[in-house]
Amino acid sequence: MKLTEKEVEIIEILEKDARIPIETLAKMVSLSVGETEAILKKLEETKVIVQYTTLVDWRKVDGHEGVTAMIDVKVTPKRGVGFDEVAERIYRFPEVKSVYLMSGAYDLSVVIEGRSMSEVAKFVSEKLSTLDSVISTTTHFILKKYKHDGTVFDQGDQDHRIVMVP
Amino acid sequence: MMQQTKKSYLSETVARLKPSGIRRFFDLASSMEGVVSLGVGEPDFVTSWSIREACILSLEQGYTSYTANAGLLELRQEIAAYLARKFHVEYDPEAEILVTVGASQAIDLALRATVNPGDEVIVVEPSFVAYGPLVTLAGGVPVPVETNGDDHFKIRPDQIERAITDRTKALIICSPNNPTGTVLHKEELEAIARIVKKHDLLVISDEIYAELTYDGPYISFAAVDEMRERTILISGFSKGFAMTGWRLGFTAAPAEILRAMLKIHQYAIMCAPTMAQYAAIEALRNGEQDVEYMKKSYRRRRNYFVQSLNEIGLSCHMPGGAFYAFPSIRETGLTSEQFAEKLLLEEKVAVVPGNVFGAGGEGYIRCSYASSMEQLQEAIKRMKRFLARL
Repeated sequence: MKLTEKEVEIIEILEKDARIPIETLAKMVSLSVGETEAILKKLEETKVIVQYTTLVDWRKVDGHEGVTAMIDVKVTPKRGVGFDEVAERIYRFPEVKSVYLMSGAYDLSVVIEGRSMSEVAKFVSEKLSTLDSVISTTTHFILKKYKHDGTVFDQGDQDHRIVMVP
Repeated sequence: MMQQTKKSYLSETVARLKPSGIRRFFDLASSMEGVVSLGVGEPDFVTSWSIREACILSLEQGYTSYTANAGLLELRQEIAAYLARKFHVEYDPEAEILVTVGASQAIDLALRATVNPGDEVIVVEPSFVAYGPLVTLAGGVPVPVETNGDDHFKIRPDQIERAITDRTKALIICSPNNPTGTVLHKEELEAIARIVKKHDLLVISDEIYAELTYDGPYISFAAVDEMRERTILISGFSKGFAMTGWRLGFTAAPAEILRAMLKIHQYAIMCAPTMAQYAAIEALRNGEQDVEYMKKSYRRRRNYFVQSLNEIGLSCHMPGGAFYAFPSIRETGLTSEQFAEKLLLEEKVAVVPGNVFGAGGEGYIRCSYASSMEQLQEAIKRMKRFLARL
């Protein structure tokens, strides 16, 4: 789909801050609030904007000891449907946060989030490894998130500039 | 014993020089907590990582000695290529480009290399606070020419012409302008060029904000017909590349003028910092994408901020470049200084009173929109509240 310059600009701004007030957004791209609303509606309807999400640093929330694992999965592709069918079987599990088809040493990269390491281990051994097409899995637990989706966690973002400069 | 009056050790020129008008506000603002600052004349971005990395690498490799007086040849070649690529002006890196300690030093050199005692230099105001004093320090006489908010602070050729005398040597222009953000377009530059040629003047063209031009391509004064030979082009890395603390600028001028500037530079400074020069090479080779990103971000903030100023009742022209909005505060009945001080004390928003940029700036304030959107929204909220009370 060919988007206009203003439409792309709106997406870029929202990608960084989806909660920006529409009046502010409209001013930033020099459009009226009505025009901006119409563009948003179009972008949502055409699924260019798929979802508005919040990036949370769960480590800071007491009682949220969740773990994330990235699992390298080798599979046997099936005639006619290639990797798509097995990928779909995997991404339908609610624990699975993302699935990518990869080039290189393995075929699918699967990201799982669970409440504990044993919960993730259980998912891998009981659900993922037992799928017909799955040949092998290698599980990597994420120990600490430094940067996620372009955002650095715990970044010192204070302004170092002095208050007045010519 | 004879009573001796203590003599002053200061030069009379320096003693007479007025301190920058920003000083008082700086002291006041820095003593307060929770200030939203629109007073800063520098980017709110940190220098791109690849540029910082290039500096670190140069240190690791032990490049810690002097460079050539004019700067690393490699850097001058990159500067020449950059000027040709972006602004369509050709300079010989070996004879016509000099790397300086910030654009400020380049302005100082340009004036000291060309001004004779008593020569007049026309300064288009409102202007960067240093031009007038630097003319004075070079032994010249600054002749301010005021532009007007109603003309979007564009200089009219007849205004320049009226200020010209037998002693007029040069004209300093700055586009995009600090503090007004005004950009001079092709026809306006050509009109100035005609007068410059007619009266045989030199032009010191401060193009430090060239990268931050939002509504069309930037035109360098040196690129205007027949102006290259009478232009000293000043620029640097501070604003466009977010490298203010690196103190790295450059100047491009015809060989004879550049040789004279180099003479002063080699006695006074020797050379610009070596590690900053290596960083600058990286900036010119690989920094373009980051510059574009920052520029885009400034443009959005400008759009938001200027429209909001107008909505809350501070009429403001749409600046074409730099990162300053220069709204009128005349309708409040306060002077620029009164307005800025009251706003700071009552709502903790720091702005710079327009009169520090020359008489033409009275009745205006300079607001830098190189701040986060959250800060800008907060500033607008507080200014609206402040205006409602006046």
